[in-house]
Amino acid sequence: MGIDRRDFFKTLAVTGLSVIGYEALGASNPQASETEFHGVLYDSTRCVGCQSCEVACAEAHDLPIPTDIVEPGVIRKTSEKQRCVVNSYDTPKGEVFMRTACMHCNEPACAAACLTQAMYKTKEGPVIWRGDKCMGCRYCMVSCPFGVPKFEYHSANPKIQKCDMCYDRIVKGGKPACVESCPAEALFFGTRRALIAEAHRRIVENPGTYVDSIYGESVAGGTGYVSLSPVPFNQVGLNTKLQNSSYPALTKGFLYSVPSIFVIVPSLLLGIHEATKNKQPKDEDHD
Amino acid sequence: MTSPIYSIKKEKQSASTWRFFISELKPKGPWLTWFNVISIPIIVLGVVLIVIRFARGIGSITNLTQDVPWGLWIGFDVVTGVAFAGGAYILTFMVYILKLKKYQSIVRVTVLNGFLAYLFYAGALLLDLGRPWNVINPIIGNSFGTSSVLFLVAWHFLLYMLAELIEFSPAIAEWLSARRAHKILSTLTLGAVIFGITLSTLHQSGLGALYLMAKPKIHPLWYSEFIPLLFVVSSVFAGLSMVILEGSISQKVFSDQISPKNHKAHNSILTGLSRICAFTMFAYLFLQILVFIHGKHWVYINSPMGYWFLLEMIGFVLVPMLLFFYSSRTNNTLITKLAAILAIIGIILNRLNVSVIGFQWDAAVHYVPSWMEIVVTLTIIFTELWIFRWVINRMPVLRESPSWAKNHHE
Repeated sequence: MGIDRRDFFKTLAVTGLSVIGYEALGASNPQASETEFHGVLYDSTRCVGCQSCEVACAEAHDLPIPTDIVEPGVIRKTSEKQRCVVNSYDTPKGEVFMRTACMHCNEPACAAACLTQAMYKTKEGPVIWRGDKCMGCRYCMVSCPFGVPKFEYHSANPKIQKCDMCYDRIVKGGKPACVESCPAEALFFGTRRALIAEAHRRIVENPGTYVDSIYGESVAGGTGYVSLSPVPFNQVGLNTKLQNSSYPALTKGFLYSVPSIFVIVPSLLLGIHEATKNKQPKDEDHD
Repeated sequence: MTSPIYSIKKEKQSASTWRFFISELKPKGPWLTWFNVISIPIIVLGVVLIVIRFARGIGSITNLTQDVPWGLWIGFDVVTGVAFAGGAYILTFMVYILKLKKYQSIVRVTVLNGFLAYLFYAGALLLDLGRPWNVINPIIGNSFGTSSVLFLVAWHFLLYMLAELIEFSPAIAEWLSARRAHKILSTLTLGAVIFGITLSTLHQSGLGALYLMAKPKIHPLWYSEFIPLLFVVSSVFAGLSMVILEGSISQKVFSDQISPKNHKAHNSILTGLSRICAFTMFAYLFLQILVFIHGKHWVYINSPMGYWFLLEMIGFVLVPMLLFFYSSRTNNTLITKLAAILAIIGIILNRLNVSVIGFQWDAAVHYVPSWMEIVVTLTIIFTELWIFRWVINRMPVLRESPSWAKNHHE
């Protein structure tokens, strides 16, 4: 059972690498590319409000085709029958469209909340819902800061409806239905890294066209669905009061304290029990 | 070995056991009581509503919206109900850990109450699950969402129910005259108590921690990173106030069960409990003030929600706290009971303010529970009281244990 030279070097290499870290491995071997988070960039200056993406989304997911049209000042919301929605806003810069769907957070609150891993952040980036695991508790809806997951209240076999970035298409190398259908190239699919770079390029190369910010670059710890707008985001219905750190971080402290409580409290109780026991000489016959 | 005489004897024995169970299932006492007249129609109606809910979806009988996915059934039945069940872990701590013999006579009924509360109010969760057939996923299988506070709470509910059942099991053994089982089960009590208290501190706070991620949705007067701590501290006096109220009712309703000695001792128990309530309420109020000042919450006070917050803090925390202090000094049990009722209202307000009223308080459409949600909630409460009464009338919970069982008492 001795360790021979080969095994010794293997162990040394593994230990060393785990100490140096994974990044060192990546740097020495750039060929082994990890799967990166993908996302969608929405450029509202290009959007014409044609609703092609809404129709394509409904067709791709067997949902009713939306019949209401985009009107300025009328706020339509995503629902259990509609996963994405385009709205029109009257702003100082004229009519501006804004499209909302699941943000596909880097650290999704819904997935951290889910006690069965039905809400799941895939390694490709989309946050998906898995019906065979979900028990319908709706804690994802309570937790999502963007209010994205919707529940089919009027079904005996209800589903959670939300944008899944057409995950089944993406794993086959395709693009989301909305991106494919967009005639104005307002939607752009790619790795999150590329999307952020592209968004910054557009902001820099077109001064005055955009506000100098990307919605989704840092909000809620960063999201996979990122948006560009010509006007401040709160003028087009986006929530600008959300924190920039991730939402699951809010429960981290509590969850981390659980193991220590499981050690401290029982020991303390047992100690007190033993201490109070001595005061009772009556219990002598007990062992 | 198997002589015919033996088998016949055994058969007879099992037949008599069977007859014992049948006779115990039959109701005792008069049928036409006020409680029965009110509760039976509500339970029947509630069962019909529950059938409709499973046939046609949660939306068919509730007013829940996409913005407010948790309503009365979670906010009241589960979050509030579990706080009221907190009396069990406090009393088991006092009796089995601190050995305060004075409270021995009420520990069984409190544990029974706690167990039934968990069974029914946490069981009410099943009604609220959209896909209840998957409820087994967080318990067995490969779908553990270990990063979820709800995962922790679900496991704790389950384990705590088991712990409380073990704590209560000697009473069941006494009812069945199972002497050997009684001996074994009694030895498990201390372990179950220690395990149960640990679980309780964690899931009482865990119910608050559920709302930590809902930061942008809860009114800032009720949201702080200290929700878990506030929940666990308030569960102490919530549970004990319930013990005070429930004990006072039991003294009247089940007076035939209670020995004269315990009857007399009850006032002194109430005074002791009101002292604990007074001091924990002081700690709770102090924490609330700290959170208020630390979070610079005074900017929200001059608004309807601000006045609502002040009403909760002054009317249903400060006032009952002062009443508890006063009653424990003067031994005035009437004031104790009044304080307990105010404290209970305060806890209901607090839990609902976090989970329902202050949740999406600025949403365009407000959630107001439908009458059907209220009927189902009442059905759950009444059914629990029916089971409670059934157990009290049969097992030695309020009355003294049979003499053979007393030797095993610690």
